[in-house]
Amino acid sequence: MITALLLFWPALAALLVLLIKGQGAKKVAFVAALVEFALSLFALSGFNAENGGTQLALNFPWIESAGISFSIGMDGISILMVLLTTFLVPLIVLSSFKHDYKNPNVFYALILFMQTGLIGVFVAMDAFLFYFMWEVALIPIYFIAAVWGGENRIKVTFKFFVYTIFGSLFMLAAFVYLYLQTPGIHSSDVNAFYQLALSSGEQSWIFWFLFIAFAIKMPVFPFHTWQPDTYTESPTQATMLLSGIMLKMGIYGVIRWLLPIVPMGVSQWDELVLILAIIGIVYGSIIAIRQRDLKRLVAYSSIAHVGLIAAGIFTLNEQGLQGGVIQMLSHGINVVGLFFIIDIIFSRTNTREITSLGGITQNAKALSIFFMILLLGSVALPLTNGFVGEFLLLSGVFQYNYIYGAVAGLTIILGAVYMLRMFQGVMFGTKSEATESFTDLTMNEMAVLIPLVIMVFWIGLFPNTFLSISEPAVINLLSIINR
Amino acid sequence: MTSIILLSVFGIANLFIGFMKSKRILLPLALLFLLIVFAVNLFSWNDTQSYFNNMLTIDNYAVAFTGIMTLTTLLLLPFSQRYVREGDSNLAEYYSLLLFSLVGAIMMVSYENMLMLFVGIEILSIAMYVVAGSNKKSLRSNEAALKYFLMGAFFTGILLFGIVLIYGATGTFNITEIGAAQIATGGVMNTMFILGLLMLLIGISFKISAAPFHFWTPDVYEGSPTFFTAFMSTVVKTAGVAAFFKLMAAAFAASYAAWFPTMIAITVLTLVVGNIGAVIQTSAKRMLAYSSISHAGYLLMSLVAFNEKSASSILFYSLAYATASITAFGVLMLVSDQKGSDKYEAFNGLGRTNPLLAFAMTVSMLSLAGIPLTAGFFAKFFVFSAVLQESSMLWLVVIAVLLAAVGIYYYFRVVIAMYMQPAENYEKIQVSGVASFTLIFISVLTILLGIAPALVSDIL
Repeated sequence: MITALLLFWPALAALLVLLIKGQGAKKVAFVAALVEFALSLFALSGFNAENGGTQLALNFPWIESAGISFSIGMDGISILMVLLTTFLVPLIVLSSFKHDYKNPNVFYALILFMQTGLIGVFVAMDAFLFYFMWEVALIPIYFIAAVWGGENRIKVTFKFFVYTIFGSLFMLAAFVYLYLQTPGIHSSDVNAFYQLALSSGEQSWIFWFLFIAFAIKMPVFPFHTWQPDTYTESPTQATMLLSGIMLKMGIYGVIRWLLPIVPMGVSQWDELVLILAIIGIVYGSIIAIRQRDLKRLVAYSSIAHVGLIAAGIFTLNEQGLQGGVIQMLSHGINVVGLFFIIDIIFSRTNTREITSLGGITQNAKALSIFFMILLLGSVALPLTNGFVGEFLLLSGVFQYNYIYGAVAGLTIILGAVYMLRMFQGVMFGTKSEATESFTDLTMNEMAVLIPLVIMVFWIGLFPNTFLSISEPAVINLLSIINR
Repeated sequence: MTSIILLSVFGIANLFIGFMKSKRILLPLALLFLLIVFAVNLFSWNDTQSYFNNMLTIDNYAVAFTGIMTLTTLLLLPFSQRYVREGDSNLAEYYSLLLFSLVGAIMMVSYENMLMLFVGIEILSIAMYVVAGSNKKSLRSNEAALKYFLMGAFFTGILLFGIVLIYGATGTFNITEIGAAQIATGGVMNTMFILGLLMLLIGISFKISAAPFHFWTPDVYEGSPTFFTAFMSTVVKTAGVAAFFKLMAAAFAASYAAWFPTMIAITVLTLVVGNIGAVIQTSAKRMLAYSSISHAGYLLMSLVAFNEKSASSILFYSLAYATASITAFGVLMLVSDQKGSDKYEAFNGLGRTNPLLAFAMTVSMLSLAGIPLTAGFFAKFFVFSAVLQESSMLWLVVIAVLLAAVGIYYYFRVVIAMYMQPAENYEKIQVSGVASFTLIFISVLTILLGIAPALVSDIL
């Protein structure tokens, strides 16, 4: 029941927000998102972390004659993703307080509506419900990005939209095929899919149908071309939603709906996927080094980070998968923090060009500290959250093949290069015209950054809080994969 | 049967009421007539009856499609407000023609004898030839009527020729007996039969504007007054596809192997022509014309799948498509009447001036594109799962999926225009109360079916 409440509360709140005129909408949206966070904590309190199966489940028929049910529930991986979502959405809403978007009621209603889609993706235990929620999450973010975005928004967001729909239609076709393979009156339940005995040839093409959908969402090289432009042109809140949470839909999709369903297909193609992922790491990093626009730089760094996560989960060992899960949390937190800091800098200086910034440390001590912590988390310094995930992921990749591991390990060095270069250019040096009268953080901005920074250290120092939640689920999943 | 009689009577009554001075009563009266027909039709549910020595059979299939077509007409009528406002002297005739053509449409979904199919198609078509040219002072409207009539008459001839050849080969017009005749001969068929079958296929393909018999569609749809275009692309198409499937299922199930290659070629071609054709249009109306071709393609997909899921997937698809199309054409009508253009640019800024219109249009575009939360998604879903019952047809689904992604491109051009493109002047579009109500009703229905498709999908 709590799962259903988690799922529908944001949608209900969205309707409520829609009715509010003026800038009061943001406050209501913030409160609604906080309530959602509290609900998710309540769900966590009722969650048995030692059990690897689906819990807090709810199941009733949706299209009865077709065996399609409205089946939701959470295992250790799902609940972490849900917590990430419910933790980040209030912060994302709070981060927008200094902006006065036009039609605020619609803007915030769309954010909350999208949250329903995101939660739905993470708790859906029925393939068609999953697909449904997958698209429900996409429609609001498209409108947020396309209506409130920057100059080239129309073209860029449209490319993003068509690209992702294109991928997901393949996923739908694969799901329909799988569904028709289930015995008796068909079923689209995730466990029914896990039990299918598919031939290796079938698994091979189903793998690609599913992988294209997820790879576009993550995005994995070479399906990433929509991403940098979309991140740059979207309003910051949309960028945060896209990079912080939505991208995790793709990774989560691989973990739940790809690896266990077509393990033979995975074993045919995992080498290729790993190579693509590692190309993505190196490619994303090198392009990030060359970027002058802060938002684009972080966008490309995100391609590199996601590449490592993809490589890790396709190694199909416990370290890789656990690393993937924890790194999804860390990446979500870090990237949202970084985009927020870029937004702060942009709102004060009206530029995102590294060359026209500099010397901000002299005016803004607090900002510098927060920026530094998030940045170090992002480059995986020990004691920060990024270290835990990348360490596990890299050790997973090393177990798979040490050469791949070595190349993937470049991410740490290259990551340090572009991140520190950015920090140096923006924060140190002499003040530029734009940063002459830079003011330090406001209380509101602090309120967003403090929870993020706490999480950077929490995950960095006590990763077991989170790893222990996902571990039984990961082991359970691996046993299904190796059946 | 009652619905056929009632509609004929109401149609004639409407003509006479048209002699009265006030035209204001016509719209409410026509709506009332259709409501009565809609309600009466439902009483025939689960009560299969044959009429006139087996010429017509009213079974659940007929009732379901009659319901959809009546509902579609009912929802469409409020958009005739322009004619009401301008005091068009022919308003009563327009309504009567629509009611009469609905009679033809109902015969097309309940025939048991191929002659009734022919009569139904003719009743439907002749009314359409007239209304296509109802804008007498417009060159395009006249061209549309002439083109539609000449092509339509030609293809009706082919259809009739097909019926006659089948009669020659089997000795009967009754579709069940035709089916039985093939089984009796063990599926062996002579050239006359094959030729007749092919001509039937071509004749009906024309009516539902399947490629390569679609060339009239964009011109006729664009030239006709939008109000009637909407009727053509919804009711006429639904009737055509339902008649087509009924014919194939009852009469030609045994010769599936003979017509399958032709039909699959027509289906793929229709999908490609419709979707690719729609992309390159600059006029939203012409885009909708091509989109209606592409939807004929999706409907034909469930026909070629030809299994127990086909009928219900055609039913659901028709309903989803018809409701979304009414909104699309209805909003287009309102916008182009005021702005004098049916290009995409006419929609610019609609999100700001008329949030309701823009929202309804968005829902309808999402539904036509097949995005979840709308009926259109489940429509496509049911079609794809009908086709995938045969795993050898996977390739067809792949093509359809790719083309569905293309579809998103042109549907979203309207959405982008409404919400993101700046307009030259922000002038609010006048919408009557009943039209607004209809738009809200359709949007709610579309979303409802997108969440709980079982309301309709399981009835057949």
